Amino acid sequence: MTGRLERRPEVSAAALALASLAAVAMTLLVGTVLVLWAGAPVAATYAALFAGGFGSVFAWTETLTRAVPLMFTGLAAAVAFRARLYNIGAEGQLYAGAMAAVALGGLHGGEPLGPPWLLWPAMLLAAALAGALLLLGPAWLKAQAGVDEVVTTLLLNFIVLLGVSALLDGPMKDPTAMGWPQSVALAGELELSRLIEGARLHSGLLLALLLAVALWLLITYTVPGFDIRASGANPRAARFAGVPAGRTLVLVACLSGALAGVGGAVEVAGRTGYVTMDMSPGYGYTGIVIAMLAGQHPLAVVLAAVFVAGVLVGADAMSRVVGVPTYIAEVMVATALIAVLVATLAAQYRWRVDPAGQA
Amino acid sequence: MEVLDIVLAAPFWVAVLRIATPLLLGTLGVLLCERAGVLNLGIEGIMVAGAFAGWLAVFAGLPLWGGVAVAAVTGAAFGALHAGLTVGLALSQHVSGLGITMLATALSYYGYRVGFPKVDTPPTITPFAEMHGLGLPVLAQQTPLTLLALLLVPLLAWFLDRTPAGLALRMVGENPQAAEGQGVSVGLVRSLAVVAGSALMGVAGSFLTLAAFNAFFFNMVNGRGWICVALVVFASWRPGKALLGALLFAFFDALQLRLQQAGGAALPYQVYLMLPYLLSILALVVVARRASYPQALMKPYRRGER
Repeated sequence: MTGRLERRPEVSAAALALASLAAVAMTLLVGTVLVLWAGAPVAATYAALFAGGFGSVFAWTETLTRAVPLMFTGLAAAVAFRARLYNIGAEGQLYAGAMAAVALGGLHGGEPLGPPWLLWPAMLLAAALAGALLLLGPAWLKAQAGVDEVVTTLLLNFIVLLGVSALLDGPMKDPTAMGWPQSVALAGELELSRLIEGARLHSGLLLALLLAVALWLLITYTVPGFDIRASGANPRAARFAGVPAGRTLVLVACLSGALAGVGGAVEVAGRTGYVTMDMSPGYGYTGIVIAMLAGQHPLAVVLAAVFVAGVLVGADAMSRVVGVPTYIAEVMVATALIAVLVATLAAQYRWRVDPAGQA
Repeated sequence: MEVLDIVLAAPFWVAVLRIATPLLLGTLGVLLCERAGVLNLGIEGIMVAGAFAGWLAVFAGLPLWGGVAVAAVTGAAFGALHAGLTVGLALSQHVSGLGITMLATALSYYGYRVGFPKVDTPPTITPFAEMHGLGLPVLAQQTPLTLLALLLVPLLAWFLDRTPAGLALRMVGENPQAAEGQGVSVGLVRSLAVVAGSALMGVAGSFLTLAAFNAFFFNMVNGRGWICVALVVFASWRPGKALLGALLFAFFDALQLRLQQAGGAALPYQVYLMLPYLLSILALVVVARRASYPQALMKPYRRGER
């Protein structure tokens, strides 16, 4: 029996829902195999993972706290990938934003540079600029010389992290940290307020939600947003339709880099208070997975970020109880990415059997 | 003339060749995939998986070459997954590759933690010995894997330029429609190229645990895979130039290590460590204008569609 795949004229909601379920089942299956490999009880492991991520008010606050930087990097990847600017450099852009924030809002000899109402916006602006500038370089190289931005943004991550490490050893080192490489602290009045008493969840969540909605409105309802979508969907047709390719690329690079940079500033102001080398356990890379899980839709990024953060936080808690290594979370997230991509594709196609007698 | 003293010493060139080996193996792997039209960003993770699987096999009692074979098979398995996703299903090669890097890295780290839950010092194996019997100046201080990498250069060049299979591989990367017209199965050739290239990436990773070091560490690949992706552009997708690129890169990497030791506190050590990455970007920029990418790179092929 021969046949071929052909694209469905319309993708039904039922097919997409079934595809999502299949992807979740696949992810859980891989997770189960890993748990069995570790010799742990499957049901207890999943129960501990769920309880740690979503099982209590405290679990929810921890998950949402972890989701905040992931929302920023997820949005950064979503807007860039939407326009086919493959920005893999959100990790470096996040650190650059965090460093810029501390450079402006840090304690300069025990004294802040200015009043908080002036410093706070200046700090966010500096972080946004730092992130955007870091991506404008690779975007410019892509446009001018045809250099693949994937490799340049990836390599820039290593350069930025080494630069941060040098700054934490040198000019931006906290002299009171007993030789530990950490930056000077942010001025106390610049720190974000807590949303719930006794939990780490901070008002950076609200900023992330606000920016997600703003980005969605921008992409869906404005002319630059149309340009972004068009240049991603079909670059040649977009050029033919008069979409300014260069200007759109610059806009996307600025948006994407700035989102990641602000994410770094918010992480410092909301959670850590200063920059360390382990401030981000790969938020930039996880953001790419989140953007893909969300189909590059800004509002869906919020949900995907909460889901992934829940798995990561839950795995930390589960590991303390059952002893299965936390890396299971990363395997499951990567599996989910591949499974969702395959499942969404499968939902768009159907198998057509060739009529008998034909090859 | 401090730099001259460093560069003229034989141990320096021993280091250059050692640093170049995993880069050369990885670059040849990327080259095979890309000449067939498939970008493989899975390399970073495949190198981690190759390093881990190869080391684990030897730790479990296999001979060293058995470990290399296990690393190659591990790489080939991830390559088969990448081929299935990008050639079979025509998914985005960027996204699939990144997904495979994350999957392979996380799986390796998970496996290591399951196998060795509480170890302060990583368990070690006896790595490949240097080939002192060879009697050649710099090569005698290398392991057989370096010799393998060097021999692969002319072998691959011959395969690509002089054999029908090599021609088919290049055709599906340049003009899949024409290849199909000649009776070449585009999907099969591309898949085989990705699987073979990924096997080389796995071997590149195993060099780190079976020859350069004697244990598996987290983050030991540390961007080497990405550097290979840059090097293959620098090499214009030619095996001979890949060797040149890997050596040039290793030259500067070895030099920065020596300068770091010799220069002391003149500059923060991180500045020296940045050099290899900066150099990779510079190399990309320099050659990008006249780079002749394989024409069908990153273009999925479906029969009957243009």
